Amino acid sequence: MKNRSLVSINDFSKEEILHILDLAEEFEANPNQKLLEGKVVGSLFFEPSTRTRLSFETAINRLGGRVVGFSDSASSSATKGESLKDTIQMVSRYADLIVMRHPLEGSARYASEQSLVPVINAGDGANQHPTQTMLDLYSIRKTQGKLDDLNIFLVGDLKYGRTVHSLLMALSNFNPTFHFVSPEELRMPREYKLFLEEHGIPYYEHGELSEIIDEADIIYMTRVQKERFSDPMEYERVKNAYVLKRNMLVKTKENMRVLHPLPRVNEIHTDVDASPKAYYFDQARNGVYARMALIAAVMGLK
Amino acid sequence: MASSKELKVSAIENGTVIDHIPSENLFKVITILGLDKISTQVTFGANLDSKKQGRKAIIKVSEVFFQDHEINKISLVAPHARLNVIKNFEVVEKSDVTIPDTIVGIVKCFNPKCVTNNEAVTTHFKVINKKDVALRCHYCEKITTQEELRFEAS
Ligand SMILES: [Zn+2]
Repeated sequence: MKNRSLVSINDFSKEEILHILDLAEEFEANPNQKLLEGKVVGSLFFEPSTRTRLSFETAINRLGGRVVGFSDSASSSATKGESLKDTIQMVSRYADLIVMRHPLEGSARYASEQSLVPVINAGDGANQHPTQTMLDLYSIRKTQGKLDDLNIFLVGDLKYGRTVHSLLMALSNFNPTFHFVSPEELRMPREYKLFLEEHGIPYYEHGELSEIIDEADIIYMTRVQKERFSDPMEYERVKNAYVLKRNMLVKTKENMRVLHPLPRVNEIHTDVDASPKAYYFDQARNGVYARMALIAAVMGLK
Repeated sequence: MASSKELKVSAIENGTVIDHIPSENLFKVITILGLDKISTQVTFGANLDSKKQGRKAIIKVSEVFFQDHEINKISLVAPHARLNVIKNFEVVEKSDVTIPDTIVGIVKCFNPKCVTNNEAVTTHFKVINKKDVALRCHYCEKITTQEELRFEAS
């Protein structure tokens, strides 16, 4: 994978995914390895994303590398009208690796074509966020001991949720059964359901959280945002149907885990936090190891 | 071979006749092939009667012979176009256009948030369905369908 950019989870083969997860496991066991000593990483956040940026910077620091860059477009030259191409041409002559977050979809692929050094996509609009997908896969494998044959529940905004789309595509390599729980207006788009049908992967759709979750190995929660509804009344009517509470977990499987890409608003009640089945904060920590693994892989350090 | 109707567009000695172009896409074909920028004789006719498609257009280009990859660029706007290669006033070869596997330029991505619609980036698509025309954007990964096809101004 050396010198290859990481743009889309769809660029990874099953073997490459498993290789990265193994590397992440190594970094979890031994999180301070100065593999990036003497290297400079350009961290270009054309839109703010504190969580993702901190996770990347932690990963880079644990690897002994240094970071230059900006955390929102107000402090970048993009506000002076510089094209993305020119920014990438310039930074790729300064840094050994570029981590980029950008609001335009496809910007990461374009940047990777303009750059002299590998580009890691830290989110390109509603399109891809491959390091998030990798940490989700890592969290699932870590908690379940495997990725194969799992019952995966995706809950909330399945229409606009970039993370659930990428996770669905990546998990399709591992013989899953999917359950989609969402309001009518935010159902899983047809193209993804067609993809599953073409690959013979079973899926079920549900209108609300019910005892059906007792079958789950993983419940992946996402935010249901008011602004996604054409009718605000509809939001008020359905919003409570997608809130996970601790008493709903009573009959769920012992090693079922609740995941969430964070930040959460109210879709997971805080009484779930103390449950051993709550995994979202550990999931965030796993992001550091997954990002260390991805950085090491593209830099040819592992 | 030529009926009186077809003679409304004059015959050529050497060159290419592109027939069965949908009339409404005549000027798109001219732009895509760059016929507005060449110096040899180009004649065209629109709104001609066609048994196949109601109203068709036809273009005759003198002294120009197209490579497959050049002519296939018009396949999205003129999927049933037929080429007649003329040498010495005779048709020496006939061929149809085919939709290529990838399309670079010509088409706009339908996604307004795509980088290709916001920066100076040439579009690039993989053709994932040739029959109903579905193009996956190499950049934003969204699919542009037949109904959403828009062409780049050139
Ligand atoms: Zn696009």
